[in-house]
Amino acid sequence: MEKHITVPFTRETASSLKAGDYVYLTGTIYTARDAAHKRMYEALQAGEDLPMNMEDNIIYYMGPSPAREGRPIGSAGPTTASRMDKYAPSLLDLGLKGMIGKGKRSEAVKDAIVRNGAVYLAAVGGAGALLSKSITSSEVIAYDDLGTEAIRRLEVQNFPVIVVIDSEGNNLYETAIEAYREE
Amino acid sequence: MRTINVQKITDNIKEMCIEANHFLSEDMRCAMDRAVETEKAPLGKQILEQLQENLRIAGDDMIPICQDTGMAVIFLEIGQEVHFEGGSLEEAVNEGVRQGYVQGFLRKSVVKDPIYRENTKDNTPAVIHYAIKPGDQVKITVAPKGFGSENMSSVFMLKPADGIEGVKNAILTAVKDAGPNACPPMVVGVGVGGTFEKCALMAKAALTRPVDKRSEIPYVREMEEELLEKINRSGIGPGGLGGTTTALAVNINTYPTHIAGLPVAVNMCCHVNRHAVRTI
Repeated sequence: MEKHITVPFTRETASSLKAGDYVYLTGTIYTARDAAHKRMYEALQAGEDLPMNMEDNIIYYMGPSPAREGRPIGSAGPTTASRMDKYAPSLLDLGLKGMIGKGKRSEAVKDAIVRNGAVYLAAVGGAGALLSKSITSSEVIAYDDLGTEAIRRLEVQNFPVIVVIDSEGNNLYETAIEAYREE
Repeated sequence: MRTINVQKITDNIKEMCIEANHFLSEDMRCAMDRAVETEKAPLGKQILEQLQENLRIAGDDMIPICQDTGMAVIFLEIGQEVHFEGGSLEEAVNEGVRQGYVQGFLRKSVVKDPIYRENTKDNTPAVIHYAIKPGDQVKITVAPKGFGSENMSSVFMLKPADGIEGVKNAILTAVKDAGPNACPPMVVGVGVGGTFEKCALMAKAALTRPVDKRSEIPYVREMEEELLEKINRSGIGPGGLGGTTTALAVNINTYPTHIAGLPVAVNMCCHVNRHAVRTI
């Protein structure tokens, strides 16, 4: 089912999204990948504040290529989500409502998604040029020294994603593959 | 004896890094076109169409096909009649990578140390594989390698008794484990035989073989075709979201090996299977 959703979103909106839905996101999201997650995790352990509030926000696992002049961003597709599995449950417990990436998640992440009424969304891996066209602005808000791995605030317009794990724990990677398996 | 100034190597590698990250080779583009025609899943077809649109935008607007513009893997086949002048060949290669990645707006994805992980900020050093060949030419292959798929690669040290079925199972296991993480439709590069490092290098080199070119060894060719068919019946599909296009090709290279061993390396590559080739 095709849906148009404004981001950030509440638990109620997250719960309305079902595995397999094709969703266009419009609004504000944040980027963070390996190094930024490690740093946020260490900040939490040290009792320090995070660079942004997690409540109702969406994190896009992405490190862009540099922008050419006059463009907001370079190529901007998703990176493999499982490398963030170690860190994701604590962020979900702080109110994070969605993660955009690609690839499988751990049971612990799935449990945290269900526990917090959140969603895991996939963008098409390797479509960074196409996806960059749905990003209208990009601003580094923390960890500038990490280069491509810095935390960025992105404004997105009809950014296309597919719901992979919904708030009930349904997993499209498992069901969709079964539908086309011939063995 | 032919003398080549290493500046020529730098200039070519710079251009090739930029070219490979914005334009796929003809064989890959044809394979993607065919996949759109044959994919049975509606969502799978939609994803494949998006990937074609992505390739069009990448070339027209000079935005890298994928934001992971890779670690630069470079194969140099150097004619033994060639003499290089003008400085260190290795430094010339890295200078080409540096200029290509900095001037070409490519992502800097290399860290100086695997544990302490400080970004080198210019994507150097490259991973360089040298081979000495007859003649007086230099063949350069630039193959930027993304790590979504690289991380899903494996080496299996099989026993001779495992035989051809063992090899097939190893490849199918690697593909199944990779699933959506390797950004399917994938290209599967395989090395069978040699030693631990030789089979891995063969698997990497296999990814640079055109996807429409099968092995010249009859049983290897059959295995490539059989495995591709089996992989495409796995259901993984484009983006791992279900479908009949999970791989575009299985390229297998072989080499003699030891009486006690049957090494198999499987190097996964996503649909952004990049390589630029020039002979100078």
